[in-house]
Amino acid sequence: MNIRKTMPLIAALLLASAASQAQQAPATIEELWEIVQRQQAEIDELRLELGEARAAMASTNDRVEETEARVEATGDYVESLATADTGAQKTTIGGYGELHYNSTRSDAGDSDEIDFHRFVLFFGHEFSDRIRFFSEFELEHSLAGDGAPGEVELEQAYAEYALTENTFAKTGLFLLPLGILNETHEPTTFYGVERNEVESIILPSTWWEAGAGLNGRLGSGLSWDAAVHSGLAMPTDGSSAFRVRSGRQKVAEAIASDWAYTMRLKYTGIRGVELAASYQYQSDPSQVAGDGLDAGQLFTAHAIFQRGIFGLRALYADWNFDGFAVEAAGADNQDGWFVEPSLRFSDKWGIYARYQDLDAARDQDKFTQSEFGLNYWPVAGVVLKVDYRMREHSLPELAPRDFDSLSLGFGYNF
Amino acid sequence: MLRLLFLLLLVTPGPALAGPGGEAGRYMDTDDYIHGAFPDGSPAPRMLWISGDLRDAVERVLGHRFAALRVRYWHYGAKSVWILDEIGKELPITIGVTVVEGAIDNVRILEFRESRGWEVRYPFFTDQFVDARLEADGRLDRRIDGITGATLSVGAVTRIARVALLLDDNIKTTS
Repeated sequence: MNIRKTMPLIAALLLASAASQAQQAPATIEELWEIVQRQQAEIDELRLELGEARAAMASTNDRVEETEARVEATGDYVESLATADTGAQKTTIGGYGELHYNSTRSDAGDSDEIDFHRFVLFFGHEFSDRIRFFSEFELEHSLAGDGAPGEVELEQAYAEYALTENTFAKTGLFLLPLGILNETHEPTTFYGVERNEVESIILPSTWWEAGAGLNGRLGSGLSWDAAVHSGLAMPTDGSSAFRVRSGRQKVAEAIASDWAYTMRLKYTGIRGVELAASYQYQSDPSQVAGDGLDAGQLFTAHAIFQRGIFGLRALYADWNFDGFAVEAAGADNQDGWFVEPSLRFSDKWGIYARYQDLDAARDQDKFTQSEFGLNYWPVAGVVLKVDYRMREHSLPELAPRDFDSLSLGFGYNF
Repeated sequence: MLRLLFLLLLVTPGPALAGPGGEAGRYMDTDDYIHGAFPDGSPAPRMLWISGDLRDAVERVLGHRFAALRVRYWHYGAKSVWILDEIGKELPITIGVTVVEGAIDNVRILEFRESRGWEVRYPFFTDQFVDARLEADGRLDRRIDGITGATLSVGAVTRIARVALLLDDNIKTTS
């Protein structure tokens, strides 16, 4: 009870009582004194109760503050447990994958195939503010082993050291800085169920090697890469003679007699624009001296323009090999290019068209291909794709192998 | 000569090569970012518990579980500042977002730890978020142009911009 509110009431009662008694009979001093004494006792009792209430309130406030502190401490502890258990902020996992269905029609025969082409897990770890680790582990074509179509592959495993804020060195097994897809190839990031053929046949993506590299990021939007790494071991005879893709050793007990060197300059200083050029020198792409395949040089350049709904990608790649055998086989120059306009109507829908022209070592790898298709992203990390491809081989005798193909795809990354 | 350089790099520990200067990919200290937002003096940090409907909404935007129980933020007047981490592909990107009266005032990449996609630090990308607001469906009221080769990092920064607006709206609604 509030004593300030009580006092006027008591005073009013006293006056009323006095007035009433005055009308009836005058109260004696003793009677008035007795009334005052009773009321003083009530006031004392009320004061006592008020003091107790104030003390209880202060105690409650203390408890509330203490509880808040305990809740925050519990939050700190639980979050620290979560960090300790999962290595959160230090160790991360992710992955991507893609399922392909291809229905192909050609005079040489029809085929219908479904394939979980890639299942990839990546693990990253931050050892310190300066040293980080990146890796990718891949199962290709769903099933690996003797007689199985797939492979288990270590696609990346390297440590990156920060030399300065914008200069990095790396050692280990890493993706080469070439082309558009070789380093960034999650299925949600490109159009088409299958990757473009230029970056499969001429640039044999996904292409990784072991070695060491440097990367510099300049404030103007210019960046550079330089790497010294293991080289190709291309066959010089058989059905895959001088085929670049067959020369990848995948750092699996790879011959390291002759090394390769890759450099890239990339410019991304303008919104929606990427320009890049790479050069690679293979000191002996067969790793065998005197076999007629002596050295190789790769030049590749690409441009990407993306503004609003409109996108455009174009890439050119060109190999030049030295050596009497590769020249005699007519495989000393292998090149290819593609151009790919696209329209991204929203974050969910986009369409594209692509035209490719390839001239590689094998006869079946000399062709032009036109295609168009659609990507649908129900959420950012999932994509559904459909496309239609039409391939025409350059050599008349391979015309029966020309094909039309309808492809459906599902991809994800997280 | 190049082969010698390779061998040297292989056997030389990274830290020994590292020179003085900032940490890898750390473009701005958190304190500097907060001071920039509140030049007259930074308010004391507060904690926002991410629970119930708010947690559901945040996790819908992120597309994954939100690991923390709380988020630290700085708030004075109509301005709030949020420092949040999000992974694009491999490792967290630390992103600062300042919100004024329900619209983004600026987005800054404070630390970039991933192997690729660092181009998201450039103003030509982050400036696209200035004045962006949330629409009723939780999306930004504008299109954010991506960067090829940085698609996953672009996605991470965009998600954090949306989360910051969501959290700012929450503290305004509940205060």
